[in-house]
Amino acid sequence: MKLTIDGKQITARQGQTVLQAALANGIDIPNLCYDPRLVPSGSCRLCLVEIEGQRGLQPACVFEARDGLVVKTDTDEIREIRKTILELLFQEHKARCTVCDENGRCSLQNYAYEYQLSEESLGQALGAEIVDNYTTGNLALQYDPNKCIRCGRCVRICDEVQMAHALTFKNRAAETEVTTAFDLPLNESTCVLCGQCISTCPTGALYDRSAKGQGQAKDLVRTRTTCVYCGVGCQIDLNVNPKKNKIVRVTSEVGCIPNDGNLCVKGRFGMDFVGHPERLTTPLIKRNGRLQEATWNEAIGLIAENLSKIKSESGPDSIAGLSSAKCTNEDNYVFQKFIRAGIGTNNVDHCARLCHASTVAGLARAFGSGAMTNSIDEFKNARCIFVIGSNTPEAHPVIALGVREAVVRNDAELIVADPREIELVRYAKFHLQQQPGTDVALINAMMNVILEENLYDKEFIEQRTEGFEEIVDAIKEMTPEKAEKITTVSAEAIRQAARIYAKADAASIVFSMGITQHTTGTDNVLSLANLAMLTGNVGKQCAGVNPLRGQNNVQGACDLGALPNVYPGYQSVEDADIHAKFEKAWNAKLSAKTGLTVVEMFHAIEDGSVRALYLMGENPALSDPNLNRTRKALEKVEFLIAQDVFLSESAQYADVVLPAFSFAEKEGTFTNTERRIQRVRKAVNPPGQSRDDWRIVCEIATAMGIPMQYENASEIMDEIASVSPLYGGIAYDRIESVGLQWPCLDRDHPGTKYLHKGEFKRGKGKFHPVRFREPAEAPSDEFPMILSTGRQLYQYHTGTLSRKSPAIDQKSPTGYVEIHFKDAKEYGIEDGDSVEVSTTRGKVTTKASVGTQVAKGWLFMPFHFAEGPANMLTNDALDPIAKIPEFKVCAAKIRAAQVG
Amino acid sequence: MQSTTQTSLDKGPALKICESMGQITSDSLIPILQQIQDAYGYLPAEILSEVSKQTGLQASHMYGVATFYEQFHLEPRGRHTIKCCRGTACHVRGGRDIISALERELEVEEGQTTEDMRFTFETVACLGTCFLAPVIMINNDYYGNVKAGKIKAILDRYE
Ligand code: SF4
Ligand code: SF4
Ligand code: SF4
Ligand code: FES
Ligand code: FES
Repeated sequence: MKLTIDGKQITARQGQTVLQAALANGIDIPNLCYDPRLVPSGSCRLCLVEIEGQRGLQPACVFEARDGLVVKTDTDEIREIRKTILELLFQEHKARCTVCDENGRCSLQNYAYEYQLSEESLGQALGAEIVDNYTTGNLALQYDPNKCIRCGRCVRICDEVQMAHALTFKNRAAETEVTTAFDLPLNESTCVLCGQCISTCPTGALYDRSAKGQGQAKDLVRTRTTCVYCGVGCQIDLNVNPKKNKIVRVTSEVGCIPNDGNLCVKGRFGMDFVGHPERLTTPLIKRNGRLQEATWNEAIGLIAENLSKIKSESGPDSIAGLSSAKCTNEDNYVFQKFIRAGIGTNNVDHCARLCHASTVAGLARAFGSGAMTNSIDEFKNARCIFVIGSNTPEAHPVIALGVREAVVRNDAELIVADPREIELVRYAKFHLQQQPGTDVALINAMMNVILEENLYDKEFIEQRTEGFEEIVDAIKEMTPEKAEKITTVSAEAIRQAARIYAKADAASIVFSMGITQHTTGTDNVLSLANLAMLTGNVGKQCAGVNPLRGQNNVQGACDLGALPNVYPGYQSVEDADIHAKFEKAWNAKLSAKTGLTVVEMFHAIEDGSVRALYLMGENPALSDPNLNRTRKALEKVEFLIAQDVFLSESAQYADVVLPAFSFAEKEGTFTNTERRIQRVRKAVNPPGQSRDDWRIVCEIATAMGIPMQYENASEIMDEIASVSPLYGGIAYDRIESVGLQWPCLDRDHPGTKYLHKGEFKRGKGKFHPVRFREPAEAPSDEFPMILSTGRQLYQYHTGTLSRKSPAIDQKSPTGYVEIHFKDAKEYGIEDGDSVEVSTTRGKVTTKASVGTQVAKGWLFMPFHFAEGPANMLTNDALDPIAKIPEFKVCAAKIRAAQVG
Repeated sequence: MQSTTQTSLDKGPALKICESMGQITSDSLIPILQQIQDAYGYLPAEILSEVSKQTGLQASHMYGVATFYEQFHLEPRGRHTIKCCRGTACHVRGGRDIISALERELEVEEGQTTEDMRFTFETVACLGTCFLAPVIMINNDYYGNVKAGKIKAILDRYE
């Protein structure tokens, strides 16, 4: 499509508006109510242009581009009208730029300058005092009606993108103001504190409360980096006031991949931990039972001495290391290389064991690769989305935007299978509320229907897969009626859900820890893979099997070999050729034996076979199952090193504590859940004597007589590329502006949007027969309830980072246990009561949250809270293949806590 | 801000209204609000929250509409509505004094309802009968050439 704007020939895409076409071609048309994330409203009239053949001026933001249009954007008449509009707006604008945080980035201010408004046209400035409104007292965001130009962008983004529907305009004409329903305080409304409204506001009317007075936009330095809070990997801009070495606020650029300027509460408001006064600033050494400040030389010397001694006395396998899904790819690579090539053992693992080990094991068996098959931006165009065991809006909020968009804007069909009534259920055609731990029965029954009703994809099965005949028996056994008895989901609902999934053109499965954290975790994953292959829903755009990875770099930590059985790039340590290749590359003798997994390490500490443990950024004293046992092991282990940003619960057990950089202080990369390797960049100076994680590891290695040295993080990535074909084409100069998705085999490879196109990684996709097995622990007379654990939106993992933010803590200061109102009644428990939850392993006192979020007979607890640690209760029974513990099901009882 | 001291209202009528609406679309919003107001005399927040739960219509949207149109009221209404004109003609002929007199007599300010729920007192831009200025209107009755001293006698006509 060709059109002429201001005499210039330009090309536009179908569906673009004149404004979009102009902006895409570098022609600026002033606009105030436009945001590419929103349906254009055409309300501010600033974008008026002259279009040949049209009567009167037209708003460019709603006028669709057509072939042959001739547009003028900058005539005298237009400028005159724009000036008048701006003058009217400024009469309403009762504030001054001199004391506004937005000064320098405010659209209104820019246009006022461009159109040279006279100072007289400004409204009377009112006092600095803001009249009470829906944000009064809120610790995250603030609204100043005096600066509001009523463009409606905040209301629309809350409706159209976040779909939280918290905001509205109230009143009319000059009285118009943004507010919540009934003027409720924001925290009592349906707001989820995503801050999308701040991000779209063209003026300083909406702003971060904590940023007030901390530096004007014109003076802040923005550094693009990757959010540290979850596997979505949103691109964020840390806005730093260089005079204070402080992150003042977080913004994100509209149009950026993968989040398009959207963030969640943690990314937007959760950075207080970076400059927090409790950050570790010097190494600590335990002397006489107390951690005391020490120099780096002392700390490194002590570590080298102890590790060398233990290694020579008990062999390399008596040392184990836990790497971290929070650290960068470069940190993880160097750490596992040190454990493998330096110490000489494969005893290296990280907390992915506790979340997605079964995904990696299951999908590798079925497809040959254990990662998300599709990209985040494909969700919005899927025709059917089957979400099972993923509380997407809470755990992966920005991915949930795509899921909602698919349903609300693009008419996709959503099926949610979850024991809890999660928020997504509102958008779902079916909510299959299966009893925790019965997923295999549910999925097999869906396949039963698909077989019975001839809805399977014979051609795909024949050409792309193997082993189909072997699963037929297992599937035939599980009729929907039988599954109804096991899962409590009605046979009819199972039938209908199966039909919807099987008939959709492109159906995408989304799952997370609700599937993986079971003793049948690998089975669960295998049966989802079966389901996808049975219907040909894998290996194409918008259709696939998509495990959402929890932590910001859990994908990368796995990719880089922080796992006991594989080198970087999932290359088996037991494969002789690969073993030889790495011995050569690393110039060291390597162990050919698979090492210990997380939970096995703690068991090995108990029996004395592991004597030293090196923790890099891990906090097992809160994250691991059966905490009493884990904590005893931390106490018992002879030599414990903890390298972290804070003195975490685990670090308190350590013999040596090493202060590390936070993500905002270092260079590196994270790999997000869609396999995209993205840059992490230094925005502020690190506190005290803290050091970069990989540098610390290198120093320890060097002190032990095993020299390891790199100039910078980029050089480490080059080495990674040389040993791991998956990352073969990754180099910093290629991922400056947008990350690349692996596999990326060489420097010319464009990266891979979705996996298994044409052929599975392992050749043919393999069906695995899976039969339903009961969870390890069944409810009993003494422990009659089923307890599940998980995460919630406002906190992250063990809370070490997110709980430092007042904006977040106002929403969720304490832990709780969810219970159905009928059970609550039976036990005499009321909402907010203090209750005691116990299992055979321990007990925890917390607050009751009574409602219908969980079904009768079940309990749910988030695991982030040190004062009510859910993992005191969880079972450390393991999945036999992936060795993942059963966080999602255990037998428990609850009672009102004794008062006084 | 909404007062939280109110005792719970009967949700029955609201539930019936929601049911009778059949398929809910965004076009149902205004008719629902009208019916709720007919049933309760105004639009109580707790009832609108319930309607939102029942219908999936967003509470924020209801609030936006309810504050936009003058016909909707978010606070309980008195049995009688007094509209006092503050238009130019009335103003120059002593309208200000009438407003003050009413405020004194009723012990409420403009926009409020008396404690005994007898009157809701509002002011309007022009009642369209400027030749009678100053003018007040109670329910559908006009009173022209009003004097501050006569206010009490007029009010006494309404129970
Ligand atoms: S919102 Fe914009 S125009 Fe208004 S005071 Fe702030 S910088 Fe100036
Ligand atoms: S923070 Fe998010 S949910 Fe809350 S009002 Fe703004 S856009 Fe809506
Ligand atoms: S607060 Fe900002 S985004 Fe919302 S209407 Fe006012 S100016 Fe527009
Ligand atoms: S940007 Fe087009 S009307 Fe506001
Ligand atoms: S000014 Fe009062 S009725 Fe017109």
